[in-house]
Amino acid sequence: MSKQRTNWYKYAAPANFYPLAGKMIPVFAVPAALLFVIGMYVGFFVAPTESAQGESYRILFIHVPAAWMGMFLYVLLAFYAGLGWAFNARLASMMATAIAPTGAIFTLISLITGALWGKPAWGVYWVWDARMTSTLILMFLYIGFISLQSSIEDPRRSDRAGAVLALVGVINVPIIYFSVQWWNSLHQGATITATKIKMAPSMFAAMIIMTAACWIYSIAVVLVRVRYIIREREQESPWLAEVTA
Amino acid sequence: MPKYAFYVWGSYGVSFVLLGAEVLMLMMRKRNLKRRAPVEAETESPLNASLQGIQ
Repeated sequence: MSKQRTNWYKYAAPANFYPLAGKMIPVFAVPAALLFVIGMYVGFFVAPTESAQGESYRILFIHVPAAWMGMFLYVLLAFYAGLGWAFNARLASMMATAIAPTGAIFTLISLITGALWGKPAWGVYWVWDARMTSTLILMFLYIGFISLQSSIEDPRRSDRAGAVLALVGVINVPIIYFSVQWWNSLHQGATITATKIKMAPSMFAAMIIMTAACWIYSIAVVLVRVRYIIREREQESPWLAEVTA
Repeated sequence: MPKYAFYVWGSYGVSFVLLGAEVLMLMMRKRNLKRRAPVEAETESPLNASLQGIQ
C-alpha cells in the first residue's frame, strides 16, 4: 500500500506558498490573540506575588518572551537569508525580509520592558551590562538589516547584502545568551533550563503561555508580511494576477 | 501593585502599542497595495501605451 506524500519543496515557489500562507494566517492569528488573553490572566490573577521583587516581577511575563523572540527571530532570519543566498531561493530571502520588522519590535519591547523592570529592581533604567549592551547591538543589527535592504532597489542585490549582514550578526545571539556566564552581570543566570525550573508552576505557566502567544503572533504577522512582499516583487507574474483576481 | 503600577502597566502598554502598530502598518501596506494595483494596471494598458507612443 503506497502512501501519497506531500511534496514540501513545491511550497518553496512563491506561486504555491502565497495561497497556502493566506490559509494559514487565521490558524495562527486567532490562537495568538487568545493566548495573549490567557497568559495575561494567568500572569496577573493566578501567579502569586514574588517575595523579593513584589508585583514588579510580572513585567517579566512579557519581557522574557520578547527577549527570547528577538533572539530566535534573528537566528531564523539569518537561516532564511543564508538559504536564499546559497541556493538562490527567492522565497527564503523574502522570509528573511518579512521576519526583520517583527524581530526588531520584539527586541525593542525587551529593551523597554527591561528598563521598566530594572528601575524598581536595580534602581536604574539602564546600565552598560553585557546582556543589555548585546541586546542593544541586536536591535542595531535589525535596524541595519532593514535599512540596508530598503536602500538597495534591486531585490536580488538587497537580499545578498542583507544575507551577509545577517550571517555576520548572528554571532551576537550566543553572546547575548551566554553573556551572564561569560561576564559579571546584573542579570541572573537562566531560571528555566532543560533540567530545572526555578519558579512556581503558575509563574512558569504564565511565562510559557505568553511565549507561545508571541511565537504564534510572529508566525501570523510574518505570513501576512511575506504575502505582501511576494505581491510587490512578483507583480509582473501571471500567476499573481490569477490568484488575486 | 500601586507602587509598581507605572512600571508594570507601562511595560504591557508599550508592548501592546508596538504590536498593535505593527498590525496597523501591515493593514496600511495592504491598503497601499490595493490602491497601487489598479493604477499600475491602468498605466500598463494597451491604450495608455499607444497614447504614450503618440506623445
